[in-house]
Amino acid sequence: MSTTTPQIESLVRREYKEGFVTDIDADTLPPGLGEDVIRAISAKKEEPEFMLEWRLAAYRNWLTMKSPNWAHVDYPPIDFQKISYFSAPKTDGPKSLDEVDPKLLETYEKLGIPLEEQKALAGVAVDAVFDSVSVKTTFRDSLAKAGVIFCSISEAMQDHPELVREYLGSVVPTGDNFYAGLNSAVFSDGSFVYIPKGVRCPMELSTYFRINALNTGQFERTLIIADEGSYVSYLEGCTAPMRDENQLHAAVVELVAMKDAEIKYSTVQNWYPGDEHGRGGIYNFVTKRGACRGDNAKISWTQVETGSAITWKYPSVLLEGNGSVGEFYSVALTRNMQQADTGTKMIHIGKNTRSTIVSKGISAGRGQNAYRGLVKVLKAADNTRNYSQCDSLLIGDRCGAHTYPYMEVRNHTAQVEHEATTSKISEDQLFYCKQRGLSEEDAISMIVNGFCKEVFKELPMEFAVEAQKLLEISLEGAVG
Amino acid sequence: MTTAVEHYVAARNALVLPGTGLDWLDELRNAGTRRFSEKGFPTLRDENWRYTNIRPILKQNFTPVAVLEGSAGRTEGLSQHLLPGLGAYRFVFVDGHYVQELSDATGPARGVVAMPMADAVTRGLDGVKTWLGACVPEDRGGFTDLNTAYIEDGLYLHVDRGCHLEQPIEVVFISTEPGGQLIQPRNLFVLGENTRAHIIERYISPAGRSHLTNAVTELVACRSSVVEHTRLQEEGMDAFHIGGVFIRLHGDARVVSNNAALGSMIARTNLHVALQEEGACCHLYGVYLGNGRQHLDNFTQVDHRAPKCTSNEFYKGVLDDRARAVFHGRIIVREGAQKTDAQQQNRNLLLSGHAEVDTKPQLEIYADDVKCSHGATIGQLDDSAMFYLRSRGVDETTARGLLTYAFAADVINKISSAPVRNHLEGELGRKMFGVGRPEELS
Amino acid sequence: MNTMLSINNLHASVQGKAILNGIDLQVNPGEVHAIMGPNGSGKSTLANVLAGRDSYEVTRGEVLYNGENLLDWSVEQRACEGIFLAFQYPVEIPGVSNIYLMKAAVNARRKYRGMPEMPAVEFLKLIREKIKVVDMKEEFLHRSVNEGFSGGEKKRNEILQMAVIEPTLAILDETDSGLDIDALKIVADGVNSLRSEDRAFIVVTHYQRLLDYIVPDFVHVLAGGRIVKSGGKDLALELEKAGYGWIEIAPVAEAADA
Repeated sequence: MSTTTPQIESLVRREYKEGFVTDIDADTLPPGLGEDVIRAISAKKEEPEFMLEWRLAAYRNWLTMKSPNWAHVDYPPIDFQKISYFSAPKTDGPKSLDEVDPKLLETYEKLGIPLEEQKALAGVAVDAVFDSVSVKTTFRDSLAKAGVIFCSISEAMQDHPELVREYLGSVVPTGDNFYAGLNSAVFSDGSFVYIPKGVRCPMELSTYFRINALNTGQFERTLIIADEGSYVSYLEGCTAPMRDENQLHAAVVELVAMKDAEIKYSTVQNWYPGDEHGRGGIYNFVTKRGACRGDNAKISWTQVETGSAITWKYPSVLLEGNGSVGEFYSVALTRNMQQADTGTKMIHIGKNTRSTIVSKGISAGRGQNAYRGLVKVLKAADNTRNYSQCDSLLIGDRCGAHTYPYMEVRNHTAQVEHEATTSKISEDQLFYCKQRGLSEEDAISMIVNGFCKEVFKELPMEFAVEAQKLLEISLEGAVG
Repeated sequence: MTTAVEHYVAARNALVLPGTGLDWLDELRNAGTRRFSEKGFPTLRDENWRYTNIRPILKQNFTPVAVLEGSAGRTEGLSQHLLPGLGAYRFVFVDGHYVQELSDATGPARGVVAMPMADAVTRGLDGVKTWLGACVPEDRGGFTDLNTAYIEDGLYLHVDRGCHLEQPIEVVFISTEPGGQLIQPRNLFVLGENTRAHIIERYISPAGRSHLTNAVTELVACRSSVVEHTRLQEEGMDAFHIGGVFIRLHGDARVVSNNAALGSMIARTNLHVALQEEGACCHLYGVYLGNGRQHLDNFTQVDHRAPKCTSNEFYKGVLDDRARAVFHGRIIVREGAQKTDAQQQNRNLLLSGHAEVDTKPQLEIYADDVKCSHGATIGQLDDSAMFYLRSRGVDETTARGLLTYAFAADVINKISSAPVRNHLEGELGRKMFGVGRPEELS
Repeated sequence: MNTMLSINNLHASVQGKAILNGIDLQVNPGEVHAIMGPNGSGKSTLANVLAGRDSYEVTRGEVLYNGENLLDWSVEQRACEGIFLAFQYPVEIPGVSNIYLMKAAVNARRKYRGMPEMPAVEFLKLIREKIKVVDMKEEFLHRSVNEGFSGGEKKRNEILQMAVIEPTLAILDETDSGLDIDALKIVADGVNSLRSEDRAFIVVTHYQRLLDYIVPDFVHVLAGGRIVKSGGKDLALELEKAGYGWIEIAPVAEAADA
């Protein structure tokens, strides 16, 4: 009954069911990066002049930056000249549903994301981003009645330039890091959300990202602003076709929560992870950061990361307002040759700020899984509290689990606590479940789901079910 | 203008070190010089040094001290700083050189070789040739290379198979006037199979002048040996102290490492433990007490290279005034090191609003049948405990003192030698509260 | 009547050390067998070998269950065939709710028999009925398996699972250890309510106390890895008076040669 390596090997086989390619005419820029490319992107999107300047400044700064090498991930250097920075299906942006190419509708249907409102999940509005552009945003009218703006960021630049100008780059500056710099220069689309004062967003908002075109990078940019006393729950899902080449996804997400506002941001990331030999898969190099600008603001990140060849992301919270709260709940699974280096940064700036970190890493096959997190308490941050719990589960003897927490405390009234454990699934738990009649695979799946429970319970209902299923499918065979 | 690296290389080349001309030794030292010239000193950009800026150390060009000619004068009055009642064999080094008058090397037991490193290398003893430099890992860093370039004096200890040393061996490094010295002790302790020993290494600078101590100790614990290594860093508040401790454990060996950092303006210890063979077990206890503007950095790395090894690490720090402490605790479990049990705890107590702590525990695990955990906390004295004591009539200062003692005591109490424990407790009181050891503890 | 369980000359070892040195035991449907003996006599080993824990190696002998070779089966197959082990030390499984585990266990058995899953409503009804037997609050159903349970709660939870799963052969491994008298009665009531013509029990215990409440048909005394004495329920009382000191422990070497 012990989990032997050959058993595990045999079990790491499952089809990536989102791995199909949509055959659609696309308007794609030739590979290459330079100021002309940036001008072309900006022109295609008919952006206001300030945006072009902003992009060019970001690009010039990016040229002086080096790609980060501190993460526990390994990949050959990326040739940024071989990537195409813009690809859009040949339709003129999001229109009424009748004008959206039926092939696109079919694609999303196949992914389980119907874009017809009558078919959609009740209470979830979707912005569908296909390669470089948003193809459809649902329920816009009903949201508008509540005063909520939910549209693609390209539209926001046209319709709400003052908001974009004020907040874009205010949380993640263009020079923040190498990939955020690149994103600032070339981002093509993404979602924009504004929740006015005192409004509780009447439905879950969600964006579904799909990479389709070959040799194309996806650089989306999401900006969410929750004005005083408002609330929004936002979900994000991602998939890509199976291809032998690696594809780059370098997104930036910025959240701004004003006084008493709350943003709950959930991600189920299922980009194509590559095959069992590590061929293909998405490089998921993402910068996500939220700022609690006002007192008692709250930002909560929940992520379930099962896809991508390499994941490099640290959804973070700047706790500026007094009494503000940051949370990070994460499940990251790596199997086959996947690598993940993920975690969070909680920067305590205001007084009485609190943060909670719960991270569950699962490594199987030859997967490498690292938690990296920073808890920083600045001088003026009196009476802050942080609690971090990082648990790793190892399945098989060729994977790795790593924990790198950083705690920097500049205020003596702070209380910072970190705990981490690493272990394999206990033989006693397995025996117990099997004695009750469960197969080994079911027993492991059950135990792993239990291990992740603390995180799953933070997800909105539909996502929790999807995450659990995703984990089960990913483990199918990943365990013996 | 010459750089710091050029200065230290030039100073090295100007020295005639003991044993110069012996091939094996020249090779070892020259390799150190070469690597040091290439890599230089660490910077904040090195992940392992991200919280410790050594630029203040590089502002001054420290110079090596020639062998003391008729040590009279410089060693006068130094004996009063030695720990009373240890009952140990004692080896005293002043400004890096062995001083016989202060030492008590009479008669370590049969089967024990203990002599100044300067003699040991000159004689080319087998144990020295085999082990000198052998425990130093690849990622040794510039300071260790600098020390290797200068290998000169320190203690060489070799304990034959089966010998049990009843009394501890004490090695004391004292730095004196006038300041500005570069002191680079190099120790090598080889504990044979089935041996037992307690080695106490102590660094003091009663004159309180600025100098740089850059010490390296290698310790080899052969099969089934039981070794305790206690390191007391109590240099003056203007001193700079860098200490490398490289420990290698063979099958079923058991090592207890006690590491206390009290002194120096900037102090850093690099403690590397390699669990080389099955069944090895180590306990690492550390305490760091900082006040004033001290910067105390403890870097520890436990490397599980073989199955069924156990490591247990417990470091505690108390920081007052504007002191800053850094703790790095890295645990690596290599592929194939199944049935590893590795535990680590780091706890920090901040007594002042200006004290700072950076702590960075790390687990890197490449085997699945393991039990590993680490925990870290940073906080202040427990309010409810303070309240409890005060409600029993204990004044606030005393209550703070008592709770701080209690906090540090569970690490200090791991040291087997009572005189060392008492000394540390006394120093804790003097240093943090300006009082002696409280009655309640005696 | 067909024998349900037939253990013949069973030898087993743990990490190379012989623990069972030739066990012979026949269990028929409807019977309750008590296995008693001093610490280290091999009682728990016997229970674990029957359930199939892989750290125990069977070195000789056979175990037939309804005429089939039990030792050939995996742990879960034995479970699905109706063997239930109430653990001496029930393990905690964080994040997995008690009710979820029981539902999975019930459905695993149904699947094994080619039956459809039990409808949720029916299952809830079943569990609400059974939980009364062990006098547990419903909140226990939604807590993680055994996590944060007291010793007594863990043992009651084992009996609850047994009641829900309705095994053919239930093995209770020192279920009484660490229980106060009230908890002991609850556990015994749970067992007694399940006694039936087609179900058998093997009750492993160190003390006679439990047998005041679960009256056995047979009592066997295990020592040195063998059954050294068998008798009716009175044997337990004898043991209670005399202790285990009088038992002549068969030398291991002799047993191994047998």
